[in-house]
Parts: sequence; structure tokens; C-alpha cells
Amino acid sequence: MSSTDISIHPDVHHAHDEHDHHHDQNFLEKYIFSQDHKVIAKQFLFAGIFWAFIGGFLSVIFRLQLGWPEATFTFLEPILGGWIQNGKLDPEFYLALVTMHGTIMVFFVLTAGLSGTFANFLIPLQIGARDMASGFMNMLSFWIFFLSSVIMFWSLFLETGPAGGGWTVYPPLSALPQAIKGSASGMTMWLISMALFIVSQLLAGVNYITTIINLRTKGMSMTKLPLTVWALFFTAILGLLSFPVLFSAALLLIFDRSFGTSFYLSDIYIAGEALTNTGGSPILFQHLFWFLGHPEVYIVILPAFGLVSEVIATNSRKPIFGYRAMIGSMIGIAILSFVVWAHHMFVTGMNPFLGSVFMFLTLIIAVPSAVKVFNWIATLWRGNIRFSTGMLFAIGFVSLFISGGLTGIILGNSALDIQLHDTYFVVAHFHLVMGAAAFFGMFCGVYHWFPKMFGRMLDEKLGAVHFWMTFIAVYLVFMPMHYIGIAGFPRRYYNWTGFETFNIFTDMNTFISLAAIIGFGAQFLFLFNFIYSIFKGRRATQNPWHSNTLEWTTPVLPGHGNWPGEIPTVYRWPYDYSKPGAPEDFIPQNVPFSATQSSNLPNEKDLE
Amino acid sequence: MSTSTTLEEPKTGTWDGGNEPLKASYGKLMMWFFLLSDAFTFGALLIVYGLSRHAHLPYTGKPEDFSFSTEYWPIPEKVYNAFPGLHGMDLPLAFVALMTMILILSSVTMVLAVEAGHRMDKNDVQKWLLWTILFGTTFLGCQAWEWAHFITGTDEGMILADGSRVFGANLTVNQYGPPLFADLFFFITGFHGTHVLSGVVLLVMIFINTVNGVYHKRGHYEMVEKVGLYWHFVDLVWVFVFTFFYLI
Repeated sequence: MSSTDISIHPDVHHAHDEHDHHHDQNFLEKYIFSQDHKVIAKQFLFAGIFWAFIGGFLSVIFRLQLGWPEATFTFLEPILGGWIQNGKLDPEFYLALVTMHGTIMVFFVLTAGLSGTFANFLIPLQIGARDMASGFMNMLSFWIFFLSSVIMFWSLFLETGPAGGGWTVYPPLSALPQAIKGSASGMTMWLISMALFIVSQLLAGVNYITTIINLRTKGMSMTKLPLTVWALFFTAILGLLSFPVLFSAALLLIFDRSFGTSFYLSDIYIAGEALTNTGGSPILFQHLFWFLGHPEVYIVILPAFGLVSEVIATNSRKPIFGYRAMIGSMIGIAILSFVVWAHHMFVTGMNPFLGSVFMFLTLIIAVPSAVKVFNWIATLWRGNIRFSTGMLFAIGFVSLFISGGLTGIILGNSALDIQLHDTYFVVAHFHLVMGAAAFFGMFCGVYHWFPKMFGRMLDEKLGAVHFWMTFIAVYLVFMPMHYIGIAGFPRRYYNWTGFETFNIFTDMNTFISLAAIIGFGAQFLFLFNFIYSIFKGRRATQNPWHSNTLEWTTPVLPGHGNWPGEIPTVYRWPYDYSKPGAPEDFIPQNVPFSATQSSNLPNEKDLE
Repeated sequence: MSTSTTLEEPKTGTWDGGNEPLKASYGKLMMWFFLLSDAFTFGALLIVYGLSRHAHLPYTGKPEDFSFSTEYWPIPEKVYNAFPGLHGMDLPLAFVALMTMILILSSVTMVLAVEAGHRMDKNDVQKWLLWTILFGTTFLGCQAWEWAHFITGTDEGMILADGSRVFGANLTVNQYGPPLFADLFFFITGFHGTHVLSGVVLLVMIFINTVNGVYHKRGHYEMVEKVGLYWHFVDLVWVFVFTFFYLI
């Protein structure tokens, strides 16, 4: 029998051995200004959960307004104070609510909370590194994000309210403080907060990319990387290339707002008075914004792709179907995401020919997306499925991604989009395909990696209840929205009772609001489960899901430096599940082929 | 013993892990990726310039008859034709050419500093870093003069429809042409100038470290190399800014 005592290599790993030495840290270094990637990941996770509840709560308030437009909300006065006038929601506050709901969910939860958590946590653990390339920059990234969060949170309490021009902050509305309350100091703070947010993303992004390139352990070739790492790699690249463009756009907007320039402004009358600004173009801002904005939706969804691929393969006890096709389709999506931005702008009066080019490129994205969906389904097909809560959310993700993706094909058509633009059809589409789906990816990740993060298990029964309530609520909220959208029901309207046409949808809107409130309520089950299990959950074993990837070779609660001894060496890809001839139905990546002679395939014999 | 007892080694190809596949340390890679990102920031700004300029009318008359007007985008040679100490002379692009030369020269001295670092020659690193700092600061000084002149304006100014004259430029009005012309000039050259200033600060920091022998003790001058990458990038960006604002 072969013996593979890798401990006789004294110099297995070269980088970051210095991390082994700081064991006597004080509380501040260990939990607050920590440079340990696992602690930073948890900090991002806690911040993300906090923001998710704020963002969800805001949506519940505006769903109350939409579901019961005639009702009085005097009971909300203790929370909202002056925003409730005679029991009625202030219309400008409604705009601020939708703006902040969008901003918080897209950036603070599904960008920072999702990839911040899982890129930090999983990249070093899954590639076999002691920590990120630069722990200091990683810490800086979180604290700049924290500062940006504080500014955004603070803006919620301004007298004129937070930003109210929509999460896309289109000028001229957002550029003119006198236009609406939401364009006053709330918008200034929005811009400052987002500028800091971009700096944080940049620091994090260069770190992720560099770590994946340079710190993979011996044997961990690019084609032995788990799909999570691949997905996070592309996410980081997308962020690195698209966020700076938003940075430029935001800086120019700051100048237009505060220093009298005219980059986005021209020929405007406001309250009967002509502004001196001339020569600028608001459409220019839209181009710059969506050059970020479109890759941003993939920044949100790619980490979910990775997490779901990993969880589905592990819990189907089958190799992921089409590993290389999965990577290839992610490359395809990443590249295409940069050349489709103008499909958000079909109604800006762009040349119809240009529209048809962007339509064509947009529809091509359906191909790699479909490849991924079929691969997930093929992985599930005849698998030995274990319905853990993480797995439930992963399957739920696939379902939502299909339902939301199909309407993407409709909206991607420039001719159809003219009818559907700015209706609830669009709201339904993107909430299913990137909102709820990315949330499901995030839940799937939290349920699956919770044992590695906290050394304890989340309660599976409570998890299943959480899943089913959330899953049903999401469909009950967004499916009806398609119908009212097709009927022409517009987005961003505070009150639609003035339109005779839309009164027939009163019941449907009430129904959607009820489903949304129930869905939001279900998240408190998760919150309880999460907090309770951190302290009182069932203790986890080292590898509770019988998974192959390297993070499960660490101790139950890995310390600073992740592996107490040598970093494991990698010999095989991460998806050797249910390999014929193997005694167990999983073979971890650090098991050499010489130890698995009974299950080696003919082409693996010479690797023994 | 049979062959099966031999210690199994993982593959050791370029991308097989446990090494630096691009033959660059993590710090250097980070600098490259940061620069890639920053290139997109500048790229966006230059696209804004291109689109804004395209949205305005060009000057179609003869160059000799050119006068400043908000109706059309000005000819760069007619705007940037002043030289410090040579008041009233028409020297199109002479000063900016000098500035550009100085910045390019600073890139040359930066290369020499990096090269001296490879030789572990502390004195040479110090010398060339000091030259780079000198040229960088001179460039910033030139830019300050250029801005001051741009803000003060020419003797004649621009005659408005009502007969009054506008001198110089700020973010809302300017004598050279449409407001956006000055907005973009201030914003983009200012953004680039901020980058040069950051570069000079970094250079001063690594100069102090070099003098204190920090890198010599560390055994390599990689930090000089990393700052060098940044410096060359800023220089390269200037070439594009120069082309957009002054040449086309």
C-alpha cells in the first residue's frame, strides 16, 4: 500500500507562514480590526444580514401603501414620525423608500454581504491558503465598507430623508437638490457612501483575484478549483472593471450637484426658472451607470452560481455535470455582461439599429445561462439527493433562476421592452432572477457553510420551514406582478387609485402585499435560527456534509492560519462523489490517487 | 519496496498551484489589477470628453479668423498658447509640450531607479528617486501655472452678445467656449493631477524608506518597482489626456 506522509516536505507552502505566529491577540485585534479572512467574512455576513432586514422592512412599508392605498397608517407614526402626515405616507418618502430598498439590497446586501462573506470565507479555505494575500487590505476593505454603511444608514434619518431619485440616481432629478426632497442632502450622502463603497470593493477585488492566482496550494491547478472559487474569481474581475466607471459617473454627478458643472445638465426649467446649465447630457449618465449596472447584476448572481453548484453536487452525491462547461459559461456571461448595458435604455430614444445590436447581444446570454441550468438539472438527475436546507435553497435558486430568466428573454427584445418598460413586469423579472435568486444562493451558502463558520449546525427543521415559507412567498409576490405589469401598471407610482384602469388590481395588490409581509416575517425564523445556533446549535463534525473541498479538512473551528500543520496538497478535482469502486461516496481533494486504487479510472492509473 | 511506496507528488506545472504562475509577487499583481481598474476610471472620463465634444459643434471657419465663442468647441492651439514669462506671444502648445517632456523624463528616471534597485545599489536608487520626485513636482508646478492662466484668461477675453467681456474660466462660465470645455478641462486634468500628487507622495515615502535602508535590509527593492508601475501608468494616462485635450 502506498504511503503518503506529506509532512516530510518541510517547505510545502511558502507564503504567509508568518501568520502562525500571532496567537496572542487582544480582543480588538481578534474580533474588531481582525485581519483573519474568516472573521472579516463573518463581519460582512453580520453587516449583510443587518442591511437585509432594513431593506426588507422598507419594502414592507411601501407594500403597505400599495396594498392598502386608502388605509391610514397612524400606527406607523412612532417609527416614521413626520413621514406620516394624517396617517398618510408622504409621497416623497415613498420614493425614498424604493430608492433605499434598491440601493441597500443590490449593493449592501447582495454585493458586499454576499461576495464579501463568501469570497472572504471560501477563497483561502478552498484553495488551501493560510489567509488572503493581504490581510491588512482585506480589513481595510471591510472598514471602508462599514464607514460607507454608516453614512448610508445615517442618511435614513435626515430631515429631508435619504436619496429619492431611484437606485439608479438618474440626473437631472438627482442632480438638482431643489427638485425633490430626496435630491437634497440625502443624495449627497448617497454619493459619498457609494464612492466609499466602490473603494472598498476595489480593495477587496484585487485581493480576491491575486489570492486565487498566487496562493493556491500545491496541486490546486485552475481546473481543480471548486466552482465557487471560479465564480468568485469572475465576480471580482467584473467588480474591478465595472465599479470604477460608476466611480467616474458619481464624481461627475457630485460636481454637477455641488460645483455648478453641466456634465449631465442642459436646458432645464425648474419651478418656472431657467437654469444656466447647458451642453450636458443626462443620457450620458445612463450609459456610464449601466456600464456598471449591468455587470453588477452578474456580480450579484455569479457568487450564487458558484455556491449553488457546489451545494448541488455535494448533496446529489454526484460530480457536477459539465465542470468545464460551467466555467466556460461563466466566462461567456462575464464577457457578455460588458456589452449589453444599453438594453436598460431602449426607451431613451436610441437608434433602433443600435437597440437591435444590444438586443442580439442580450439574447445570447440566454445560451450560457441555459447551459448552467441544464447542468444543474443534469447533476440532480438520478442523484442520491440529500435534502439538507442548503440543498433546498439551491434547488429553489434553480427554480427562481429559470422563472426569472424566461422573462428576461421577453424583456431583452427591444420591441417588447417598449411596452413593458417601467412596469411591474420588469420589477417581477429582476426580483426573481437576481433578487430572490441571489438571496436563495446566499441562504444556501449560509446553511451549508454555517458549520465551518461557527462550528455548530443550523436547525434543519426550522430551516425547512424557513425555506418553504420564503419559496412560496417569493412566487406569490412576484408571479402576480407579471400580470399587472403586462396590463401596463407602472413602477415607482406612489398611488395608482387615480387611474380607473388600475382599480381592478386592488385585490391583487393587497394579495401581493400580504405575501410580502409573510415572506418578510419568515426571515425572522432564519434570524432566530442563526443567532440561536451560533450559541446553542448542535455541534458540527469536521465534515458534516461529506464534502470533498479543502475547507472540510481543517479543524471544526479553524484558527488563524486555517490548518494547524501543513497545508494539504491537492491531487484531484473537487467532485469525486459516488465514484464506482470507492468505499465511501466521496473522495476529498487531498487524497492521492495511490490511496484509491480500487476506484481509479484507466487514465488515472498512471497518476498512482 | 515496490514503486507504490514512492512519495506521490502533485503536478508542478505553471498553473498547478504552490507557486506564482505569473512570476510576480502578490503585491505586484495587486498593483497591476488596481491599474487595470484605474484605467477604466480614466477610460470613462475620456469617453465623457469624447461624447461631450461630439455633442458640440466644431469650429468650421479659417484658423486665422478664429475667435472664442460659446457656439462651438475651440481650437486647442488657440487656447493653450501661453508661456510663462513670454506674455502676449502666440506659442501654441509649447508649454504643454514642455510639461509632457518633463513627465516623460520622470518616467525615465523612474526606470533607472528600479534598475538600480535590481542591482541593490542604494545610492543610485536614492539619486534617481530624487530626480523623479523633482520632475514630478515640476510637472505639478507647471500644471498649477497652466490652471492659473486658464482661470485668469487672456487680455481680450470673450465678447458676449450684449457687448460685455468674459475673462478666464471657471466651472460655470469660460471665455474659451462652451461651459463643458472648461468643466472637462478642470475635472480630467485635475483628476490626473491628483494621481500625480499621490504618486509624488508615494515616491517621497519610498525615498525616505530607501534612505533609512528599509529595502536594503529587506533584501529587495520591490516597493520601488510597484510605485514605478503606478508612476508609469500615470504617465501613460497623461499621454491620452494630452492627446484628447490638446491634439484633437
